[in-house]
Amino acid sequence: MKFPEDLRFSKGHEWVSVADDVATIGITDFAQDELGDIVFVEAPEIGATLTQGEAFGVAESVKTVSDVYCPVAGEVVEINSGLVDKPELVNKSPYQDGWMIKVKISDLSALDELMSAKEYENYVLKSK
Amino acid sequence: MRFIPLTDSDRSEMLEKIGVSSVSELFADIPEQIRLYDPLNLPGPEPELDLMERFEELAGENQALNPRKSFLGAGAYLHHVPVAVDQLLLRSEFFTCYTPYQPEVSQGTLAAIYEFQTYTAALTGMEIANASMYDGASALAEAVIMSARIKKKPKVIVSGLVHPHWREVTAAYTRTLDIDLVTVDTGLERGVTDSAQLAIDDTTAAVVVQSPNFLGNIEDLREIRSACDSVGALMIVAVAEPVSLGLLKGPGHFGADVAVAEGRSFGGSLSFGGPGLGMFAVNKEYVRQMPGRLAGKTKDTQGREGYTLTLSTREQHIRREKATSNICSNQALCATAAVIHMSLLGKDGLRKLAIQNLSAAAYLSRRVTSLNGFERISGAHFFNEVAINMPVDPQVVNSRLAKEGIQGGLDLSEYYPELKSSMLFCATEMNTKKSIDQLVSVLAEFEK
Repeated sequence: MKFPEDLRFSKGHEWVSVADDVATIGITDFAQDELGDIVFVEAPEIGATLTQGEAFGVAESVKTVSDVYCPVAGEVVEINSGLVDKPELVNKSPYQDGWMIKVKISDLSALDELMSAKEYENYVLKSK
Repeated sequence: MRFIPLTDSDRSEMLEKIGVSSVSELFADIPEQIRLYDPLNLPGPEPELDLMERFEELAGENQALNPRKSFLGAGAYLHHVPVAVDQLLLRSEFFTCYTPYQPEVSQGTLAAIYEFQTYTAALTGMEIANASMYDGASALAEAVIMSARIKKKPKVIVSGLVHPHWREVTAAYTRTLDIDLVTVDTGLERGVTDSAQLAIDDTTAAVVVQSPNFLGNIEDLREIRSACDSVGALMIVAVAEPVSLGLLKGPGHFGADVAVAEGRSFGGSLSFGGPGLGMFAVNKEYVRQMPGRLAGKTKDTQGREGYTLTLSTREQHIRREKATSNICSNQALCATAAVIHMSLLGKDGLRKLAIQNLSAAAYLSRRVTSLNGFERISGAHFFNEVAINMPVDPQVVNSRLAKEGIQGGLDLSEYYPELKSSMLFCATEMNTKKSIDQLVSVLAEFEK
């Protein structure tokens, strides 16, 4: 199981990668493993405004459906259209090709609340 | 003999456990004035034979409907159901009202449901249909809820020419939701909905029309579609008489986003108004928003064709409070009856059946309106029902018809008070020329 050092993590098992004020968001390796084969990802509309902790979409696997929450507040500027035809990218490449949305962050301080890779790894180990 | 196994001490033990002092305290939420304190006023026990005799006497007071002589439709249509339907339904593997979870023991039922979905999609001209809903009215209610959810807008506009009972059911389903259900009457003399008067605006999630509508007339779905498009609203089309689709193009051909229908005309019966069969179809785009069960075709590990429930993650047992609806079942037996009936008819048979219905209604309309003082409410195109204004109270007409063993039409004043002396007549393949002529000869007594 991977916990990339350059990412920040939420308790809801989402990851965030920040470049300037834009956050790329997806679900973690642990999350995709727990969900099983992902068959559908529902994304928000571009331009939608999200509050911190708001559900922005759903990840549907063969056995369940899970809401995906936005760890930072902001405006949706891009969605991963590649997931429409290939939702399995979330399983195969959760941290690269399987990203879900990009959000223009309205409050950068929210990032401080997120966990480091090490902290998240411990969090996952504890919750197991 | 005691049928209730509880002793008084059992009862007091249970009451004590839940912290209530008496059984009546459990009913505290029920208003005092409607609670029953006295025993039911029933006669004493009687021997079984005497009771049988009494009930047979009561049953003898029922008047059996002569199916040739009924002219009542209004959402529940009398059609000939081939005897093969009932015979095939007797097969034990079909004898369930439930949707099967276990594909390994339910291939027959699942295949029948899959066929039903295929027929429903073909009939309505839509891409995907579900395994069925309880009836047309509840299917419409679910369509309204689904549309408001998709569009994230509160308002749903319903034409006043949608079946009044369907509108009531929809209102009951949506009453506690964040949905603003608005019924708009656009005038009855036109016979069809006037989209310009629907007051569709950008807060409108969807528009509901029924075609043929409650007055039997065929709506201009193209006009409704373009009115919806002007604000990006969804178009929901309800069909109370799906036999009409043997002749008319399905709602999907006019760009409907959701099509719902009452399927009882196929394989069903008119037993105290039920059971109904809801048909529900959408385009692929909204499949994950669709309520209800869905049977899918797949291959097993050895590559053999098989059927199983699919896309279940929309449903209550998985998605809990975020499920797309709370229906976790379907009308499997009625749907099976419908699919058998439709398969016996075939495409050509359905078309011929629809022509027979139209011909019978057209003959009825022509003959009745040839009587002085009898005229159609509007000049709109109709299918197998026609609304006629009469020079006499419909109740008087129906009592007179009943004496001849004829079931008259529906008194429209009950639903549209402004139509004081109008009746909705229905004619199907069940009505012969002779039976229609007999109806007309009785109506002629009331000529001006």
